[in-house]
Amino acid sequence: MKDAIGNVQRVVVLGGTSDIALATVVKLTGRRGGVQVTLAARPGERRAAATAELEALGLQVSEVDFEATDRSSYEPAVASAFDAGGDVDVVIVAFGLLGDQERAWRDVDAALELVAVNYTAAVACGVLVGERLRAQGHGAIIALSSVAGERPRKSNFAYGSTKAGMDAFYSGLGDALAGDGVQVLVVRPGFVRSRMTEGLKAAPLSQTPEQVAEVIVAGLQAGRRTVWAPPAMRWVMSALRHLPHPVFSRLPI
Amino acid sequence: MDSRHLLAGWGRTSPSVATVHTAGDDADLVGLVTKAGRRGVLGRGLGRSYGDAAQNGGGVVVDMTSRHRVLSVDPETALVEVEAGASLDDLMRLLLPRGLFVPVSPGTRQVTVGGAVAADIHGKNHHVDGSFGNHVVSMDLLCADGSIRTLTPESELFWATVGGMGLTGLVLRATLRMKKVESAYCLVDTERCANLDDLLARMAEGDDRYTYSVAWIDCLARGSSLGRSVLTRGWPATLEQLPAKLRDHALDFGPKQVAVAPPVFPSGLLNRATVAAFNEVWFRKAPHERRGEVQSIAAFFHPLDGVGHWNRIYGPKGFLQYQFVVPFGAEDTLRRCIQMLSDTGQASFLAVLKRFGPAGAGHLSFPTPGWTLALDIPLGSPVLGDLLDRLDEEVLAAGGREYLAKDSRLPASSIARMYPRLEQWRDIRTSTDPHGVFTSDLSRRLGL
Repeated sequence: MKDAIGNVQRVVVLGGTSDIALATVVKLTGRRGGVQVTLAARPGERRAAATAELEALGLQVSEVDFEATDRSSYEPAVASAFDAGGDVDVVIVAFGLLGDQERAWRDVDAALELVAVNYTAAVACGVLVGERLRAQGHGAIIALSSVAGERPRKSNFAYGSTKAGMDAFYSGLGDALAGDGVQVLVVRPGFVRSRMTEGLKAAPLSQTPEQVAEVIVAGLQAGRRTVWAPPAMRWVMSALRHLPHPVFSRLPI
Repeated sequence: MDSRHLLAGWGRTSPSVATVHTAGDDADLVGLVTKAGRRGVLGRGLGRSYGDAAQNGGGVVVDMTSRHRVLSVDPETALVEVEAGASLDDLMRLLLPRGLFVPVSPGTRQVTVGGAVAADIHGKNHHVDGSFGNHVVSMDLLCADGSIRTLTPESELFWATVGGMGLTGLVLRATLRMKKVESAYCLVDTERCANLDDLLARMAEGDDRYTYSVAWIDCLARGSSLGRSVLTRGWPATLEQLPAKLRDHALDFGPKQVAVAPPVFPSGLLNRATVAAFNEVWFRKAPHERRGEVQSIAAFFHPLDGVGHWNRIYGPKGFLQYQFVVPFGAEDTLRRCIQMLSDTGQASFLAVLKRFGPAGAGHLSFPTPGWTLALDIPLGSPVLGDLLDRLDEEVLAAGGREYLAKDSRLPASSIARMYPRLEQWRDIRTSTDPHGVFTSDLSRRLGL
């Protein structure tokens, strides 16, 4: 159970090797040791490293196999993550694929892989996790969306379209679950210097996973439904959304 | 009559959604308990516990307040049998005119008898009369197997239920031994105390002469004024002690709510500045010393009941109450705790100090001999969590404990250290409720 101060007892991460998710777990559980964390991710070195990192901080970590492109892994992963302990306070839906934009709008397989991971799997997990939290009568979902979903840009609209879909689904899920004591927080980060963006040129207002985590935890405690990271991104995106297309299409973004 | 509701404690923190079932007759509740689902069942009264004690997320919460009749009254023996959903307010309104007062009254009348048993509540008379459970002669408990057992203080399950936070079953009815009084008034002595030493000395020296004793502490006072306080102590007033004009209606009791806090209150209204100002006025308006003042029971025991929904003044973030007891001899711990609160400026609108007498027999009963301090603290400060964790360490190191009915943030690891009879209680609970039908958010959070 989450307590009055906001201390959590159990966190589940779907996409358990995400830099933003791990930074969020650290921020969320930092005050007291002994918090249980379940990392659902593809087995391998990266998951082992994430587990070691969290264990070094005094967290009790368990691992669950999860493969976003494998339809048959969703139910068992969510079930074993939830059944591994008591009530789950927070679920972070963190898996995602940036992909190669140039391939993603010219190659069917590349396009469908983005859709499968960022949208299809995210929706499936939202359904399964929502049902679990509803049964508990409390809990929160943190869904990592992206500002890329707010207005499609030439440079990453394939990725952006999948995030727009998952963003819409989780925003609606938040409304659907409001009467069940469940909070859904949709997170829209701008450019984050993380493993996902390695090798890319940093965009303006770029930030670290730790900075995003700070925004997420503050939004969670304040009961928000949507947060932008950095918060100023909200106004930037709002302005971009309203730009006339001839102007927008000429922007170097 | 079942519907899903978001339920919170009095502090309005960490709510959860449960199916709320309005309690019908015994057969209705037996059916409910024997058909309980995976998330279990929990009784709830008036929701005055501060944290998550009366919540059961995803499960069934039985609203017991529909069962609030007084079943029998014997003015000779002062024994009354009541349904568990009856509030202390109900009992006072019905029984004070007949010269019977509740044996233990906390700071509000808005608690049910079932809740009073579950939390084994205490009042200003703990040092002489003990806690609520000491005055329960028998009770009917609906157990997980659907049986209704009549328990008396001879049974172990009785004492696992007294202070057991509703986790042993549903208390259906209780027979209480009331206190005979001649009036609905108290004779009250009030003293201002310059600092904590002054207060503790006066309480240690004089409390035993009084039936009721409590001190209000200004937790924001610093330096040589640390722990400055107003001490009020009294006795039930006899007819003779009342002024003539009150004697004809000595047992009248009909307190009214004078105000209701509006549903929306801004956050942060209670901050260091406003609370310091309030505390200053409260301290200055108290007489240096006044003896034998006649006060109504409502004014002396339940000043906050005059304002409906007063918890709203803490704003949407809510607040918590931190209440601990440390043994006699641990006065230094008490001083350090007040010092820490004063240093960090955590505004406490109400800080109340009492001296507890001997402990009761409830396995999880809170009161143990010593000093108990209770503080209301608004949420919102980022340093609050760490401050309270450090206070926990002080309390644990002194061999003290915290009150489950107030708790909303203790870590599970502290509970066994605070309640050494927890294992014994668990054994009794497991034998009567092997599948854990009776459960709550509090029990899940603390792993009770």
